[in-house]
Amino acid sequence: MSLTTPDAGAAATLRDPALADAVASVLDTGVGLAEADILAVLTLPDEELPAALEAAHRVRVRWCGPEVEVEGIVSVKTGGCPEDCHFCSQSGLFTSPVRAVWLDIPALVQAARETAATGATEFCIVAAVRGPDRRLMDQMREGVKAIRAEVDIQIAASLGMLSQDQVDELVEMGVHRYNHNLETARSFFPQVVTTHSWEERFDTLRMVRESGMEVCCGGILGLGETVAQRAEFAAQLAQLQPDEVPLNFLNPRPGTPLGDAEPVDAKDALRAIAAFRLALPRTILRYAGGREITLGDLGTRDGLLGGINAMIVGNYLTTLGRAPGSDLELLDELKMPVKALSATL
Amino acid sequence: MTTAGTAGPTGTAGPTGPAGTAASAGPAGPTAPAAYCDRCGGELSTDTHAACRVARALEPPRFCPACRRRMKVQVLPAGWRAECVEHGEVRG
Repeated sequence: MSLTTPDAGAAATLRDPALADAVASVLDTGVGLAEADILAVLTLPDEELPAALEAAHRVRVRWCGPEVEVEGIVSVKTGGCPEDCHFCSQSGLFTSPVRAVWLDIPALVQAARETAATGATEFCIVAAVRGPDRRLMDQMREGVKAIRAEVDIQIAASLGMLSQDQVDELVEMGVHRYNHNLETARSFFPQVVTTHSWEERFDTLRMVRESGMEVCCGGILGLGETVAQRAEFAAQLAQLQPDEVPLNFLNPRPGTPLGDAEPVDAKDALRAIAAFRLALPRTILRYAGGREITLGDLGTRDGLLGGINAMIVGNYLTTLGRAPGSDLELLDELKMPVKALSATL
Repeated sequence: MTTAGTAGPTGTAGPTGPAGTAASAGPAGPTAPAAYCDRCGGELSTDTHAACRVARALEPPRFCPACRRRMKVQVLPAGWRAECVEHGEVRG
């Protein structure tokens, strides 16, 4: 079963010879598509979508292998954020029902333990802040130490914008990957966030990269950006060359400025998955929030066969996900092994 | 692991039950009858809250169904817990 095969059939191919050549070159060289070709993939007719997904899957297997990296995430500080990211229910500037709450260390360790029990190799600790203050950094230090003492899992963090001292401190704690999403195309960012700039976010990413931590940087599709801006965003991410790109689809949250937005169409989401993979052939491309609403079970499967090679399992920060067992069963059915911890060290 | 995608509170109707009742009767939770939707805080007597009921399959409760106070909610990888200052904590 698939969202795409009823329209197309197995013999679907890319009709534009130039685009077909460009995609073949990605497979051969591991160098991603240029922005114009990314846009061409994002605007393919439905009948060519299976061909794009198939090509993206081949690229993923050739340059990343068959494994899927599984991650769990938890919010260590929820809500009350001073920023105005228009998609986010954790901003203190909107009338969202989300209240501020902190997670204590024993609960943080338990969350890491439960994540590891799924077979996940990554555990990302997230805070809804502009950037970490001393209290949060101390909480991180204590939490990372406690997790490392009790749970065999890689620890990532997402704490907003960092100073150089904070970057150095996270490295010293043993945080191996840092997430900071650019969220959307540079040209569209001011429509989504007004309390800080795309460039400020980029500065943090630059420091993270120079520190030796792995860079995790993605965004959210469906914020009102044009298809051309989706291509722009993929090209900008490709320039950054992050180790991981988490791909979210807007899950409209009550009380936010985007609370009444329409979720991304499933086929547009699949076009985006193929396009982002073909733009970023060697990157970990992760299913993040919103896939349950945008893609459902069938679309989730199509995306895994169309360029995705990582997923967040279990719940998100303020919303719930599929049962981890359902995702792991799907990977087993697709004969996609979960990446082992030894392969990540 | 707890099934994260079907996060009805332990021992209650869960997300397929009427919004506002799903989080009302957990072992450590509120015991007062549900009068409010636990997703939007609206009165249950004036609306079916059908959309809320569907949405709750992928969301924790946000409002106490007994008093409509906004609850402190912590989502965890394998569940959630929600606390009303007046009516206590519920887990799912």
